[in-house]
Amino acid sequence: MSIITSSTRRNFLKISGVTAGGLFLGFNWADADAGGFNALSPEKVLSGDISFNSYLSISPEGVITIFSPNPEVGQNIKTSFPMIVAEELDADWTRVKVLQAVLDKKYERQLTGGSGAIPHSWERLRKAGATARHMLVEAAAKRWSVPSASLTTNKGMVMHKETGRTIGYGDLATEAASIAIPSDVRLKDRKDFKLIGTAVRNVDNADIITGKPLFGIDFYREGMLFAMIQRPVSFGMKLKSVDTSAAKAQPGIVDVVTFKNNVAVVGKSTWAVNKARKLLKIEYEKEGAIESTADHDRILKELLDSPDATSRRKDGDVDAAFQAASQIVRSEYQCPFLPHNPLEPMNFFAHVREDGVELVGPTQTPELARTETAKLLGISPDKITLELTRLGGGFGRRLKADYVLEAVELSSIIKAPVKVIWTREDDMGGGSYRPAVRYRFEASLDAQGNMTGYRLRGVGINANNSTREDNFPSGAVENLLIESVEHKSPITTGAWRAPITNFLAFAEQSFLDEVALAVKQDPIQFRLNLLNRAKTSPVGAIRYDIDRMIGVIQLAAEKSGWGKKKGLSQGFSVYFSHRSYVAQVAEVEMKQGKPIIQKIHVAVDCGIVVNQSGAEQQVRGGVVDGMGHAMFSNLTFKDGATEERNFNTFRLIRLKEVPDVDVHFVDNGIDPTGLGEPALPPTGAAIANALYKATGKRLRNQPFVLQEELKGVKLGERM
Amino acid sequence: MATYKLQINGKSVQTDAESDTSLLWVLRDNLGLLGAKYGCGIGQCGACTVHLNGVAVRSCSLPVSAIGNNKVTTIEGLSVNGDSPVQAAWHEVDVPQCGYCQAGQIMTAAALLAKTPKPTVAQIDDAMHPNLCRCGTYHRIREAVVLASNKMK
Repeated sequence: MSIITSSTRRNFLKISGVTAGGLFLGFNWADADAGGFNALSPEKVLSGDISFNSYLSISPEGVITIFSPNPEVGQNIKTSFPMIVAEELDADWTRVKVLQAVLDKKYERQLTGGSGAIPHSWERLRKAGATARHMLVEAAAKRWSVPSASLTTNKGMVMHKETGRTIGYGDLATEAASIAIPSDVRLKDRKDFKLIGTAVRNVDNADIITGKPLFGIDFYREGMLFAMIQRPVSFGMKLKSVDTSAAKAQPGIVDVVTFKNNVAVVGKSTWAVNKARKLLKIEYEKEGAIESTADHDRILKELLDSPDATSRRKDGDVDAAFQAASQIVRSEYQCPFLPHNPLEPMNFFAHVREDGVELVGPTQTPELARTETAKLLGISPDKITLELTRLGGGFGRRLKADYVLEAVELSSIIKAPVKVIWTREDDMGGGSYRPAVRYRFEASLDAQGNMTGYRLRGVGINANNSTREDNFPSGAVENLLIESVEHKSPITTGAWRAPITNFLAFAEQSFLDEVALAVKQDPIQFRLNLLNRAKTSPVGAIRYDIDRMIGVIQLAAEKSGWGKKKGLSQGFSVYFSHRSYVAQVAEVEMKQGKPIIQKIHVAVDCGIVVNQSGAEQQVRGGVVDGMGHAMFSNLTFKDGATEERNFNTFRLIRLKEVPDVDVHFVDNGIDPTGLGEPALPPTGAAIANALYKATGKRLRNQPFVLQEELKGVKLGERM
Repeated sequence: MATYKLQINGKSVQTDAESDTSLLWVLRDNLGLLGAKYGCGIGQCGACTVHLNGVAVRSCSLPVSAIGNNKVTTIEGLSVNGDSPVQAAWHEVDVPQCGYCQAGQIMTAAALLAKTPKPTVAQIDDAMHPNLCRCGTYHRIREAVVLASNKMK
């Protein structure tokens, strides 16, 4: 569908005719505040200068087109967003067509990150559907001269029960367009939901399973050039000199250009540029610190005792609590850097022309890509178009615009349309990692086993705040001190699925297990006691919902038969992140002396589940992601460069290593909270706590398989 | 640069390429068959999986000069309407998340079932284990292979 820019009613109807007729309803995703929803009249939609962010259209044939503005990265937003609109519209889902919207500044929060899309848009999407439904009902009432209250809707039809008359939305669409936009609409009662809460298949399945070109790397255009970029292999090094002659002489090579620290090989095919690139002769020189993993290990340990820490939260008098303690538990935990490794490596198409810039590709933050491009080129953002492709994974890597800007800069230099492709080695060696972090936890306990004091210090390498100071158990402990220390490094870091909490949750929930066992309490009961204390006598601000956390703990305990299973070692973990609550129980069975992770029970409170199928996928995927990286994945550095550069040395979890994962959702009717990330953080600790019970070995560092504690312990594959 | 005559998806096609070019990039850059994906370039992830005479192979690690008259099948040639038992099962079970690895997963599963129509759980695990899925759709991959097997007569 093309963008419609004319402004008169007459034009609207005319254009409607041209574009197969029907009702265009703009809806402003931005104005869902109480009563402020601003469903735009068709005239306004057509004026082109009103801030509408997306719209649905209904053709005379009754086909409903819904635009989905947010980048689809595998979180299934392209299915669940339209489901919400279609629910309130009472559309026939089989006749809904979903289209990815291009980047439009009128959309709000057109990004994928922070598990925030559904929570952010829930209300406005519902109102968008309900507003259209209202107008269709009014149009039918007018046509039949009956009160609109006597009409009902179902599956794209308006019905008049008394007379048995029915009419399809398509037949009403043009008339409905002339109905006044209601200032407020009534939303459905949750019990009347027909689509929300069911399992709806991915709207792009047909294209995915037939190999259609959906992804950025699949974008080809006649005359387009291909490029690969050699960046410094070591962090802390910069370009000194380059001899491009051998590379330039290769067949299929158009040019070799240098900008910033990059040497770009441009040619007529991916193979040609990849091959020629190997012939570049480049010298680098030192620009900053050249670090290795051994340096990081030393720095992280040293900084745990640094006198310069940033205080993040302080309740009571923690020193006094430790002085009065009858028992103190102290532990340290550490994780390595991790690359994001979306299976589709970074890539982007850019065509910088005299009159504007065309961008096509996979990004979690299209708006950032556009504003940064405008800044780089010194042009107005209005001159830049960005077409969003499907993303072959993101995990936070595609929140950054670095790989977009490289394509832009290259295209502006060579004055040609170009697609820049990263190899896996470029991707894994190219930075923006989950930061390496080390934590020290300390708990003071009184003679009755109550936790009287709690100290956490986090040291991170380019992690900013490596703690989440207001998360549990803050609020439940009278004396508490949370601090962070930062080491600045040339190694670039970035948000990695469930930033910080992807490791902090493991460390914290393992430590609480250690404390519970030290005072001989059941790990679940120990946490419930803390939560009850937070409820009856809260300490400082509490930024999590105690009852929701208790809810998932109890559900996980019930579904896993906690403490009642013979021959299985169970480990527990619970975490609150991205507005949602997830508790997990991992089960380990010893077979011929080998621990086998058999199953993980997951209890999730993400509020109302929009799509059962997609939601279960997000939870299972998060658990697999959390488990895989906790157990296997390790990125190490030697002289500033990563030692692992591809999947032959960097280990990702594979099919046989995955246990059964049972997913249970709390049904509480709360408006949806996040789901793309919250299932990941608790997984590592559930597994480590179960492995401890099974083997007596406490895992404090990741990845598990490389730890001293697991030497001689043969992990069994689940069969 | 040499000219190669390849048998792809039941058709004979001709293309010019350097002899060491991998089949993957010939498919993608020369022939516009974009279903096979680049993931690692060293045969470790399986996103580029195609069939060579019905056997699942890594197209990223096969030079075009080695193909000869062997029959290449890509995801685009697996079925006319995208409704082969494996593809139908993939949809029914709703396997994909981001979807990037799924063409390779489907090609691996299709090759397994062509040879072993009723695989055991262990055979499914052995066949599918080499294919990475970064989103972690492994549970549904297992389920879909079983369903596809049941769909086959």
